[in-house]
Amino acid sequence: MFRFANPARFMRFSAAILPWCAGATALLLAAGLVLALFVSPPDYQQGEAVRIMYVHVPAAYLASLAYAVVAVASAVSLIWRHPLADIAAQEAAPLGAGFTLICLISGSLWGEPMWGTWWVWDARLTSVLVLFFLYLGYIALVHAFDDPTRGARAGAILALVGVVNLPIIKFSVDWWSTLHQPESIFRLGGPTIAAAMLWPLAVMALGFTLFFVTLLLVRMRSRLLAAKIRALRLVG
Amino acid sequence: MMVAIEHYLAMGGYAVFVWPAFAVAVLIMAALAIDSVAGYRRRLRELALLEGDLP
Repeated sequence: MFRFANPARFMRFSAAILPWCAGATALLLAAGLVLALFVSPPDYQQGEAVRIMYVHVPAAYLASLAYAVVAVASAVSLIWRHPLADIAAQEAAPLGAGFTLICLISGSLWGEPMWGTWWVWDARLTSVLVLFFLYLGYIALVHAFDDPTRGARAGAILALVGVVNLPIIKFSVDWWSTLHQPESIFRLGGPTIAAAMLWPLAVMALGFTLFFVTLLLVRMRSRLLAAKIRALRLVG
Repeated sequence: MMVAIEHYLAMGGYAVFVWPAFAVAVLIMAALAIDSVAGYRRRLRELALLEGDLP
């Protein structure tokens, strides 16, 4: 499990896969945009407004996935005290916050024409807003200590407590009555969304995922370089 | 041709919702990418300078 968790190995491994990740991200996002804006059909009820789905749903999925990365890395950091885990958690957080913001704004822009309101305080929307504040709280807490190790530990504990929000987001549309539609993709009995929309959505979701992986690798490499710079300054 | 483009850009009357949604996604993701890559490049330069100073 820790084979790639050695910082020197991580630098070699990430340097090898980074160009491939970046290239695949560019290809998938370009293909996804063409599919979403030109190829996919308008919805029979929502018309062209359904195209908002192609940024809203991948952003929502990445908002939760990035938080899961923050939480798992935080657990690894608390249990095994692994330095790369702290870096992974701290560098995934701003990316996740960005995706959550895209999700909230695009959702609002979708809600106004379809529901007749920019915002409702229902379970799905509120729990995603809480996710956004969890990201901001985590980032602020990590930087609130003079000793980075204490900041990392406090942040890791907050990240783990906040994990309770992930199943609430996922199941909020089943547990409470809401304006938000129920799960239409990862559900028992298969997706209820038409294939002509599912494929563009899948390409976009994969593009968003690789975008996240690519930037996470860049940011983690950047942090390891910073540590090396600090060490060199102390010697010099 | 112009009519077809205008028709497309109108997004069936939903243009003011569809285009800002895509624009926000592009802007935020571009900001994340620029922030990440700029920081990485700055540290690469800094490290090259420091290692150049060493005997």
